[in-house]
Amino acid sequence: MNAVASLFEVVDLSAQRGEQWLFENIGFTLHSGGWLQVQGDNGSGKTTLLRMLAGLSRCSSGTIRWGENNIRDEPQVFHSALIYLGHQLGLKEEMSALENLRVASHLAQQSFDPSRAHQALSGLGLGGREHLALRFLSQGQKRRVALAKLMTLKASLWILDEPFVALDTQGLAVLVGAIQDHLRRGGLLIYTSHQSVDLGDIPGWTLRLSA
Amino acid sequence: MNGFWSLLERDLILAARHKTEVLTGLFFMVVVASLFPLAIGPEMTLLKRIAPGVLWIGALLSTLLGLPRLFEGDWRDGSLEQMALSPVGLVPLVCAKITAHWVLSGLPLVLLAPVLSLQFDLSSELQGTLMLGLLLGTPVLSSLGAIGAALTLGVRGGGVLLSLLVLPLFVPVLVFGAGAIEAQAAGLGVQAHLSVLSAMLLLSVFLSPFACAAALQVALD
Repeated sequence: MNAVASLFEVVDLSAQRGEQWLFENIGFTLHSGGWLQVQGDNGSGKTTLLRMLAGLSRCSSGTIRWGENNIRDEPQVFHSALIYLGHQLGLKEEMSALENLRVASHLAQQSFDPSRAHQALSGLGLGGREHLALRFLSQGQKRRVALAKLMTLKASLWILDEPFVALDTQGLAVLVGAIQDHLRRGGLLIYTSHQSVDLGDIPGWTLRLSA
Repeated sequence: MNGFWSLLERDLILAARHKTEVLTGLFFMVVVASLFPLAIGPEMTLLKRIAPGVLWIGALLSTLLGLPRLFEGDWRDGSLEQMALSPVGLVPLVCAKITAHWVLSGLPLVLLAPVLSLQFDLSSELQGTLMLGLLLGTPVLSSLGAIGAALTLGVRGGGVLLSLLVLPLFVPVLVFGAGAIEAQAAGLGVQAHLSVLSAMLLLSVFLSPFACAAALQVALD
């Protein structure tokens, strides 16, 4: 991971919904190994903010920089360093966990390593279900398949929208472990959550949006 | 290029696991093409005259049948978001989606056409022209249709809107595709018609992925 590129900078970001401002002039800088939790009530714009940070939605004003460059100017560089997990999982119900992970790796322009994927899936308690079509899995298990992307793909910035939802304690522990590993390796994390999850002694920031 | 092939393969796998979606379009074409001879009766001269029009309209409608689902599934389950965030870029991925749509709806029509044209007593030369015309024309239908599908994504009653949006755009393909067969039946050359179809093919295949990608970005915003 490039030390220069692992810098995520947001300057004066604002979002408008119709006439109303969801949030105005948000700014922060996230360095290698840092995390940011976005908090706020329902409808305060958490998901909107995350989608903007990922480059999915246009911002009303402000700039988002990855390394030196605006993410709008160099979307490919930014997107090859990013994993975004939203409310929708982006998985195909008719395909198995392994097939889904294979497509995800190719979309991320990375080679697919089946043994790594097997390892990630069994770590998440899905061992033996790798070849089962996702529609036979429960909601929580599907979320775990989506989370297995975090462990199979290489990316320095994780943007996770409510990653802890629908997970049991064991799944939660695995995810927190994966997040800590990611941060210790110098990765960056931005997430929203209503739950308070202890990420250990790794220092981070909290951003509170008010409705 | 890896992302392109991977997505194409994924769409073909999904279609293989959801055979009904592909087969309805083809059966629709077969039924439409068979209703005309049944309704008109065994008047060979009349059937021969209407054959190009009927077969091409059938192809148009059967292509249209699968279009609303082109991006909808990916949009609903969040795959489209992931495609938009892929470093591969949305344009090559949209190309893959359009290619998959053509392989599943256009290509079978090309192969089915000679069998269907037997009911209209078309000669083997005319069948050849029909197939060639469909081979050049159906990718145009898929790529123009994809723009409509991207624009109407997430719109209530989008299916009807899609038809209204896309069918007028299909008119030139219909005119030159059916015209090629008529020209040959009249003893004129088909070269002009097929050249125009090829020109439309090149233009639409090249430009439509960019238009689709732009429309999809708006739908995701």
